[in-house]
Order: sequence, then C-alpha cells, then structure tokens
Amino acid sequence: MHPVTCGLEVHQQLDTRKLFCSCRSQLVEGQGARFVRRLRPTQSELGEIDRAALAQAERGMRFTYQAPPGVSCLVEADEEPPHAADAEAVQAALIVSTLLGCQVMDEVHFMRKIVIDGSNTSGFQRTALVAVDGALEVDGRRIGIASLCLEEDAARKVDTKDREVTYRLDRLGIPLIEIATAPDMHDPEEVREVAQRLGSILRSTRMVKRGLGTIREDLNISVPGGARVEIKGAQDLGLLPTYVRTEMERQHALIEIKRLLRGRGATPVPLAVRDVTASLRDSRSKVLRSALSKGGKVLCAPLPLFAGALRSADGRLRLGAEMAQHARSRGVAGIFHSDELPGYGITAEEVQALRAELRLGERDAFVLCADMEDRAGPALLAALARANQALVGVPEETRDPLPDGTSVYSRPLPGAGRMYPETDVRPILIEPERLAGIRATLPELPEARIARLVGEYAINEQQARQLVRDGHDGLFEEVGRGKGMAAVAARTFLSTYPELQKEGVDLEALSDAKVREAFAALSAGRFAKEALPSVLREMAKGADAEGAMAALGLEAIDQRDAVRVLDAIIAERAEFVRERGEGAVGPLMGVAMKELRGKVDGKAAADLLRERVRVFLEG
Amino acid sequence: MFSENMDVRSWQTLAEAVADELNAGAEGVIVPHGTDTLGYTSAALAFMLGDVPRPVVLVGAQRSSDRPSSDAYGNLLSSARFCVQADAAEVFVLMHGETSDTFAHVHRGTKARKMHTSRRDAFQSINAPPVARVDIEGGLELLAPCRPKGRGGVRPELAMEEEVGLLYFHPGMRPELVRKVAEGLRGLVVAGTGLGHVSQGVVTILREIVSQGKPVVMTSQCLGGRVNLNVYDTGRDLLSAGVIPGEDMLPETALVKLMWVLGRADDMEEVAKLMASNLRGEISERREL
Repeated sequence: MHPVTCGLEVHQQLDTRKLFCSCRSQLVEGQGARFVRRLRPTQSELGEIDRAALAQAERGMRFTYQAPPGVSCLVEADEEPPHAADAEAVQAALIVSTLLGCQVMDEVHFMRKIVIDGSNTSGFQRTALVAVDGALEVDGRRIGIASLCLEEDAARKVDTKDREVTYRLDRLGIPLIEIATAPDMHDPEEVREVAQRLGSILRSTRMVKRGLGTIREDLNISVPGGARVEIKGAQDLGLLPTYVRTEMERQHALIEIKRLLRGRGATPVPLAVRDVTASLRDSRSKVLRSALSKGGKVLCAPLPLFAGALRSADGRLRLGAEMAQHARSRGVAGIFHSDELPGYGITAEEVQALRAELRLGERDAFVLCADMEDRAGPALLAALARANQALVGVPEETRDPLPDGTSVYSRPLPGAGRMYPETDVRPILIEPERLAGIRATLPELPEARIARLVGEYAINEQQARQLVRDGHDGLFEEVGRGKGMAAVAARTFLSTYPELQKEGVDLEALSDAKVREAFAALSAGRFAKEALPSVLREMAKGADAEGAMAALGLEAIDQRDAVRVLDAIIAERAEFVRERGEGAVGPLMGVAMKELRGKVDGKAAADLLRERVRVFLEG
Repeated sequence: MFSENMDVRSWQTLAEAVADELNAGAEGVIVPHGTDTLGYTSAALAFMLGDVPRPVVLVGAQRSSDRPSSDAYGNLLSSARFCVQADAAEVFVLMHGETSDTFAHVHRGTKARKMHTSRRDAFQSINAPPVARVDIEGGLELLAPCRPKGRGGVRPELAMEEEVGLLYFHPGMRPELVRKVAEGLRGLVVAGTGLGHVSQGVVTILREIVSQGKPVVMTSQCLGGRVNLNVYDTGRDLLSAGVIPGEDMLPETALVKLMWVLGRADDMEEVAKLMASNLRGEISERREL
C-alpha cells in the first residue's frame, strides 16, 4: 500500500478578457463603487442544502464589494446575466486539452457550483467540463488527467472584519483552466514535479497569465486509514511537498487519537455546554477578563476520556488545535482545553475547582470558551462536534494552506449536490473540424522547446530545462537573441534571479517590460554586462533603466576615456610596471576595474590594459 | 406562468382572489409576480380594487430564488414588514431600492415602472417619490402620504375593455399604419414625443379615430414629466382633434386605465373626464424640484 495518495488540481488564469463579459482581466489598486450583499443557501434540485454551503451560511456573514471601473461591470455585480463565454478562453482550454491528450466534450455546458462565502456575487461559480481522460508522463511515470474545466475566478478578499468580509471584483470572472489529475501521485516531491510540468504545458500556449497568484494549486491528500483532505489555493510550488508531508503527519496523528480514544472506551460527548462564569469570575486570565468585562460568559464542556488527546506531552497529538480551528470558524478568537491548562493566566487551583465542579476524573478533559454567549455557545458546540469526529477518524474537509507549510480547517468538503446547470449561458458545440485545426497548429511542448533552446542558443540542456520549468523561456528568447546575449540572459535567470531573491529583492516587481528595458540598454552598450545584476536590483526597487544607471554611476565610456583612465593608473605606478613588465597587468586589473566596473566590459578592459602596459613599456 | 403571458383575464382572476383575501380579513395581501409586467398588473389591481382597506403589495425578484444571491428573500420579508408596520392601504409595488441588499422601496401601483432589464433596483416611481423605504434588516420610513388602513372590505370592479392599444410614435411613422392599428380597437393610447406630439400626418388620422367615437389618450415617451398640448401648434392641433392629454401618467398605466374606464363608460365626455381625473394616484397634481 502506498504511504500517501495525492491528486492535484491546478488553476491557471488566462490572459484574455473575462470569461463572461468584456472587462479587462487585471488586478487593480482602485476600489471603485461599493455595495453590500448577503447570500443564502439554496436547495439543490434534490431538495438538499449542501453541507459546505450551510457551514458558510451559519456564520451569518455580510459581504461588501468594491467594483473598480474597467475591470468590473454589471456582470460581476450580479446585476446583468453573463454574456457568451470568451472565445479566446475557450480556445485556450481546447488547446491545453489537446496537449494533454484529453477526450474533448462534444458540447461544453456551464454549470453553477454553489459557493456562498461571498467570493462570487451570484453565490455560485460558473464552471464547464471541457475534456476528460488525458495523461502526462513525469520521470517515466504516467499521471492521469481526470478532467479539464474552464471556470471563472472568484473575487479577491481584501479585508475581513468580525462578520463582514470585503471583496474586490477585479479578479471575479477572470477565466481559469482547472486541470485535475487522477490520484496517481504517491510521493511529496512528485507532486511538485507534476505541478511544474503542468505549469510549463499551460505556459506553452502563451495565453496564460504570469506572476504570483496567477496559478494556484489544490492538493487532495490521504493516507491509508485516513480520508481525503483538500488543501485549497496553494500558490508557492516549492511548498507543495511540505504540505503533503505535514498533512500525512496530521492524518497519522488523528488515526492514533482514534485508536487511543477507542481503546479507552470513549463515546461521543453530548453536544451541550455549561455556564461556568461564576466559578471563573475572579480569574486573572486576560482572555477571560476581557470577555467578562464586555458582558460575555465563560462556557465549558466536559470531554470524558479525552485527556492527552487534545495535546499529548510530546506535542504530536493535537485534537485541541483542530477543535479550536472549528470554534474559530464560528467567529471566536479561540478556546482553552484542559491539556494546555493551567496556563494562559488560568491557575492550577481554578482548573482543580473546575474539575471538581464538573466531576471529572484524571483521564477526562474539558474545553472552555469565553465570549458573548451567542458566539461562545455555537463555537463550543462546533468544537465538540469536531471532538466527536475524532472517534470516527480523519474527517473529510477543505483546509487553507499557511505559509509555514501547515494548513488550517476551512470547511467541510462540498457534497455532490451543489452543481446545477447554468441556464443563462448557451452550451458551446465543439466541432471535430475545430479540434482538427487545433491539433494541426499545436504550440511547442516543453520537451521540444528544451531541445530547440539548446540548439538555437548554445546553452546546455540543464539550463534550457530549468528556464522552461521556471517559466523564463519566453522572456529568455526575447532578450537572448542579440550577439553574446544568450549566455548573459541564461545567467541572469538562472543565477542572478535566485541571488537577488536570497537578498530579499522582490522579483515580482521586475516585470517583463523592465527586463526587456535593461537588456536593451545592455545591448546598446550603455553599460557592461557585469553591471546587469546591480541594474536589475535597482530596477526591482522601482527605477527605470536610466534611473538605475544614474543611481549606480554607470555610463559606458568610450575607448578614448578608458585609455585615459588606464594610462593614469599606469603612470601612477610607473616603477612597479617597469619592474614587473607585462606581469603588472594582473595586479593592476583590480585597480582598473574599481574605476571601470560597469562602464567597460571586463574582458575588453583586460585587453585594453594589456595593450596600454605594452605601449608604456615600449616607451 | 411567465408574466409576459398575463392578460386581462388573469388580472381579473387575481383581483378577485386578492379581494377574497381582504374580505376574509387578511392584514394585507402579498402577490409574488414576475417583474416584466408587474407594473401593468399593479395598475390593473389598483383600478379594479379601488379603495382597499389594507395593503396589497406586489413583489418580485430580479435574481431567481434558486440562487444564493436572490433578492426574493429580502423583498418578500420587507413586503411582510411593510404590510404589518405601515399604516398604508393601497396597491403597492415593493422591490430593491439600490443594488445593495440594504433597503427596498415601496412604489404606488400606478406609478411604478421597470426601468432596467436586469438590476435589482430596476423599479422606480415615475413622476412621484417612492411611498416608503423598508430597511431589509428592519426599519421603515414613510416618504409620501398614502391612504391609511381602514375596516371593511372591497367590491372589485373587474370589467375591462380589452380592445385598447398602446402606440409608440416614431419619426416617419406612416399615418396609414396608425389607421390600420386603430381599426379593430375601441380606444388608443399614444406614447408621443416630448410634451406629447406626433407628426402632422398622424394628427389627421387621430382626428379621424376620435370622430369614430374611439377615445385617444396622449402620453409621453419621456416618461418623466407631464404632457402639455398647449405649447406647440402640433399640441393645439391634437387638442382640437379631441385627443385627451394623459397628464403625467405612465403610458402603460394610461393603457390599463383606459381599458378600465371603457369597461364602465361609453360617452366620450365621460371617458375624457375620468381619464383626466386622479383616481388611484396615477396622476400627480404637482411635482417639486
């Protein structure tokens, strides 16, 4: 049996107009007009309310939307029906489907997927299945492609306050290609490789957006005896293996908790809370005092036989943390549980008194929540419901990825009942001739491109592979065409970029346009190639090429000026030069470059210095 | 049923059903209705039901109720709140007051018009302020005087002349076409340009139609404002042809009203008098800036 089974969903933004209107698909700074909405769970045709939708509705949220001009219109505001699906976006989806060897649908039908966290003004996301049953090969292993969908991106969350979330509509409706693999991956590193390969294939169409947040991954992870857990919206490919590993550990710990609880004969706890405000009224705990001073209550619930499962001494078993995440999803700041008490200002005496009041034994646990009663109650009940799930094992759920490689509970996995037809958008017929046309003009696949880069630019295969994998190949070809530029360009993307990143330079700020500008100045002989990293560093801080060169004091000088500088250096050290003859060139090079760095190419400077030394010696 | 399939018969059935509820003692009657022709139905109910003792509220949604973002819930809830809390007894239309899910506007049934194909706040009071504002999360504010609630019941007057038409004049409209349109009709409402004008050729045909004993009522495509047939020659010609100025009535309301008036009066003078009188709040006496 495999130690872990993973599936991957890649969401890639397309560089077209929006999917259902002609707004620009671009993120902007402006907020635009504001409006406020609420969403309600609706019944599917089966008469069921989806469990994920219900969980969201129970939070009683209010949504504020910012509608910036140019990038949002009545369609995003849910005030006008969607227009026909963007033809270019459909074409991109068909091209990628073909590249992945998928079976394309005869008719593409848009569906509504209920989402009521406010990220879609309509309360649903429009999505269409375009193709199924493809595959790609990664390191000799076949990874199945289960489906390829064309869907609309959600609105961008810009603020969360209490029970009000603010979204900006610029991102809503940007077309996304969603590729779902089969659960064919069994190794954390393999997940990253597959994601990178899919990214390269998507980019080969030249119809996708680039940059942070334009490609997002959902991971489905399960271990034997665990359950399918979805980590949704990871943006950093490098972290994918870490998410897999931490989720494996989490599921193993939950399986161990189940064994421990069952071994003790623990049974589901009743979903009931007690008011223990009176017993803790004089507590010095800051959290309790702050809640009580606002008129809140301290609510408590016993968890018989759960001691040690909420947080084991070695920190591996952490059911308490899981329960706290569920409680927080109901709007409280957190909960306290007995495995972490005394602590947080709650004394041993207070814990003892509470245990006596609740008649708890040594192996029994309890949880506390202090907040307004209408909030603490539901939060504690959610925590108890999560505790009871521990007796069954690993619950299926959706989790949010965190930058440290862990994840946090977000909501139950949606059920199957949340999809129904989008009747406002006509189905799209895909004629066989159209697919034949696409097959005849497919873009270059990553492997072919690697081979071509090696042939055309005289770089090695390792470099070409890395350029394609990291998505620099397009820009590389643009700036690497000039004489001698390919090597500089390869070094820039493969060495300079990682170095700048390590220094903390924001590479996102280094747009393609800026890189083109820097290379244009370099090609024009405005500065020497040694200065390129410094120029790029300055440009990442916001300067244009001219500004960067000025700030660095770089201005290429002509031969005559260089000769003057070198002759002065030689004259100052005349005795040394006479003594060492041409052997003086090496030691003088350091002094010369101090004056000429960035203004004269290094090799040219060395040649010129040698020549001037000779001229000097010859008298 | 789709609201575009409503007809005089359905208005009559609806008016009877509403009257039955009111006569059975209902605190108010809420009528969920498709929005496309909601304004016609509200006008029809207003004329047929007369002085209702308790509110009748027509309500709709611009987003269907199978969507999480539907405005149906907020509008329905606000209708119920308005029926219970406001001392107002007329036929009303209640819909969203702005794009946000914040408040609904209550419109007089004879003054409401769908002014946008898709927005939640599509309905507006034309030539009148909204009657009330209902906050979707609670709260009610009356914005214009209306008839207070009372005791007793209603005796609906259901009769209507179905053979009435509404003609939208445009430049170059062939007078002969107008003659043909009027052939099978008992009365005609014209949506004219500006203050209430049509071409000289069409004036001649309208004179002919009136002389056949068929009333012609002039309204304006401008929607906003009152027709005035005294300002230009064309207007004065229309008056001398016997065309009835429709004041500041919506063309659709004038159509429904003419149907209802012809259901109880034949005499041209009587018809003209009724059309010029404010019966159900369909004509405003004065409008301030």
